[in-house]
Amino acid sequence: MRRIISLIILGGILVLLVLAVAEMPAFGDETAPAHQGIMQKYLADSTVDTGAINTIAAIILDYRAYDTLGEATVLFVAVVAVSAVFYKR
Amino acid sequence: MHDMILEMIARLLIPMIQLFGMYVLFHGHLSPGGSFSGGTIIAASLIFYSLVFRFSERKHRLQHDTSLLFEGGGALLYIVVGLVGIFFGYSFLTNRGVFPLGQAGRLWSSGMIAIITVGLGGKVAGTIFTLFQELLEGGTDTDGNH
Repeated sequence: MRRIISLIILGGILVLLVLAVAEMPAFGDETAPAHQGIMQKYLADSTVDTGAINTIAAIILDYRAYDTLGEATVLFVAVVAVSAVFYKR
Repeated sequence: MHDMILEMIARLLIPMIQLFGMYVLFHGHLSPGGSFSGGTIIAASLIFYSLVFRFSERKHRLQHDTSLLFEGGGALLYIVVGLVGIFFGYSFLTNRGVFPLGQAGRLWSSGMIAIITVGLGGKVAGTIFTLFQELLEGGTDTDGNH
């Protein structure tokens, strides 16, 4: 029973993720939001906006800090998963 | 088993590796690198240490707890830094206007980026070291024993 419920939940998450991917612009599409001058903004303004001269650090820890918080959660989930797999009763 | 050559080389190398890792970590907002690469370098030195000098169980246990502390502490520091922005009336994880940005290019600059880099670096080091130890020892039981 538990297995069936978790399969249904995982299937729902799969459908949501596939729908999100289907909404994404095609690869190399020049009307995509990523190609609307955001790159020039990052390169021109990142030092003034964040005070960091390393633009990559400015992007991942300031403009997209929320995304990096999710990345830190991925690391946490990795440790939890390994601990669960190697759990001794 | 004690291997003298290995132990002497490890004694020479481990401080250098850790110093380099901390350099990458503390200059994350100035030079290539940052939290993920710096944390991995520090974790590599810790893994090297525990491979060369075999620990007694007691010491091992302590080390495991410390890496878990870094693991949780890094994530907590990240969220607390984000909440400071809300406290000052901005959105979550705001840098400009909340933290002093300083003069660009100096070590003490870029506000929350430098703080988060160090915290997240500790978390990455803790994660990789915990993964290594879990895989080496085959996990823990209900009481936390190996």
